[in-house]
Amino acid sequence: MALIDLANPTRFLSLARPTLPWLAGLTAAVFAVGLVLTHGAPDDYQQGATVKIMFIHVPSAWLGMFGWTLMSAAALGTLVWRHPLADVAAKAAAPIGAAFTFLCLVTGSLWGRPMWGTYWVWDARLTSVLLLFLMYLGVIALWRTVEDPSRAARAAAILTLVGAINLPIIKWSVDWWNTLHQPASVVKLGGPAIHPTILLPLMVMALAFTLLFLTLHLAAMRNEILRRRVRTLMLMQAQAAPGSGS
Amino acid sequence: MPARWAEMRLEGSGLTCVRGGREVFAGLGFSVAGGEALLVTGRNGAGKSSLLRMIAGLVRIAGGQFAVTGVDAEKTIPEQAHYLGHLDALKPSLTVAENLGFWARYLGGGAPPQTALATVGLAALADLPAAYLSAGQRRRLSIARLLAVQRPIWLLDEPTSALDREAQDALAGLMRQHLSGGGLIVAAAHGPIGLERAKELRVGADA
Amino acid sequence: MSPLLNPLLALFLRDVRLAIRVGGGGGIGVLFFLIVTVLMPFAIGPDLALLGRIGPAILWLGALLASLLTLDRLFAADHEDGSLDLISMSETPLELAIATKAAAHWLTTGLPLVIATPFLGLFMNLDGTASAAVALTLLAGTPALTFVGLIGAALSVALRRGGLLLAVLVLPLTVPVLIFGVAASNAAIVGPVPFGTPFTILCALTLVSLVVGIFAAAAALRQGME
Repeated sequence: MALIDLANPTRFLSLARPTLPWLAGLTAAVFAVGLVLTHGAPDDYQQGATVKIMFIHVPSAWLGMFGWTLMSAAALGTLVWRHPLADVAAKAAAPIGAAFTFLCLVTGSLWGRPMWGTYWVWDARLTSVLLLFLMYLGVIALWRTVEDPSRAARAAAILTLVGAINLPIIKWSVDWWNTLHQPASVVKLGGPAIHPTILLPLMVMALAFTLLFLTLHLAAMRNEILRRRVRTLMLMQAQAAPGSGS
Repeated sequence: MPARWAEMRLEGSGLTCVRGGREVFAGLGFSVAGGEALLVTGRNGAGKSSLLRMIAGLVRIAGGQFAVTGVDAEKTIPEQAHYLGHLDALKPSLTVAENLGFWARYLGGGAPPQTALATVGLAALADLPAAYLSAGQRRRLSIARLLAVQRPIWLLDEPTSALDREAQDALAGLMRQHLSGGGLIVAAAHGPIGLERAKELRVGADA
Repeated sequence: MSPLLNPLLALFLRDVRLAIRVGGGGGIGVLFFLIVTVLMPFAIGPDLALLGRIGPAILWLGALLASLLTLDRLFAADHEDGSLDLISMSETPLELAIATKAAAHWLTTGLPLVIATPFLGLFMNLDGTASAAVALTLLAGTPALTFVGLIGAALSVALRRGGLLLAVLVLPLTVPVLIFGVAASNAAIVGPVPFGTPFTILCALTLVSLVVGIFAAAAALRQGME
């Protein structure tokens, strides 16, 4: 099957429907393995069991960035090929990416609480994630504000790509800002080297969360396509009624 | 509809309209009784719309006065008038029924909005957001407002614009019904709006 | 239902619906508040002790700007689609209609700011008491910002200019609210003035602006008629 067939919304729906339960099942299975492995992972000699927040925090951070990458790829599809399915993919990814970014912020804040004595310090990494979260919210607000989906798609695509170019600059600036104000005494999350007994559960959890992202994204894309069909049906209903002027 | 407004009379005398520092018309007078229609004609910019908006209390009266007799003396003229202008006062994100329901409740409705929607042929679209309507359908929804809330004076600015032939006939029928109920109509129009026995008032320099 | 209350309830429900539907501006105010608050430490530096000291002021400034910028379209949208004409042709007094619109606007944009405050307080290193104090002062003070902003929103319709002009017209009028809002927050956090004194003045300012704002906005809208 050629890629172009997948790009047809009807074709996509007929594929998404049988795929979703399998994908969801796989996600649950990998999560089960990951949780067992996580349970077996050793506690940190300094941080105790708190270190296990990492198994949620790190995958969330990865998926927050993955979400934006996905949106940027979809944005290229929107701008270059003007493909409606790319619009749908971009729109569906935004809230999911935002949710994972938010999860990363919350877990980071909970993780840092015992070390910092407060829920939030302007740590360079967390601050970069916070800015990523704000950019997600901006894209979502754009999608919500513009009524016409194809116009919203082009505007959101431009914003997404500008964001993708800006994100490394933002990251670098925040690092610079942070070191300017705070010497290296600040405790960095993650630590310098990761022991293999932690690395394996972390990889499995990262895979589980990625599968969760893909499941949610597929379901959200399906919902968005159906939502657009409802919109089209409403337009047709209005045109069929008297006085449509056609 | 009972002819409860049959004794009504709306009069204007010595009316002067100034817009943007320019005198549009001066010394204009008219008189319409219940059951009568007044057709305001004149070239573009002669002040047809301004006259209607003056009656509706939406444009400041530079000179002259309006008087209405035979209706509820407690209420002002704008409170007893419907104004159908170029803008349709609809919110795109609200449904057709919500839009009409709001105006019916806000302006103190009479007939249930569903009946009014059926009369203008929009009953099937009641739950659709108004954003999906065509220009003609939006106009029909505006006209439904005149039916959902009973007010004796109808001020109609180019009422037939954006309406197809069939809808124009239907509107003429509604206007005749309003007149036979004792209501009065002041309409601004370039051409005939489907009322045979309408008085005509020409505004503008060549009046 | 009473003939006066029913139309006002209808107007209230319509405005709330418009704010939360797609295309409405319900959540934008909170987002703006969040972004302004987050920007501050980049200018000031991530010094937690300093942020904790000036946190209430930053939160108040953010809420002030957020609640004023969302007011821009309050009357302009109704003016552009002709709704304002019909609203003014009702038996319901224009003042009551304006008050109702303001209440709906506060519920959909002002109250979310108050709810967001404790969370934003975390970024400013405010403890529980301090966050609660700022949220309480905002709860008492944001209605004042809405009602003062009404004047600007009405003037911008009358003058057919929006956006920044509104901010320029209204921001000087909000200075007293800002002074006593921040003063009350700081009184609760560090003292030495008791919390009650500036807070009572803040409440009084809200009541005054309620009356002044509504009547001034109605007058501005009436003057705006050609």
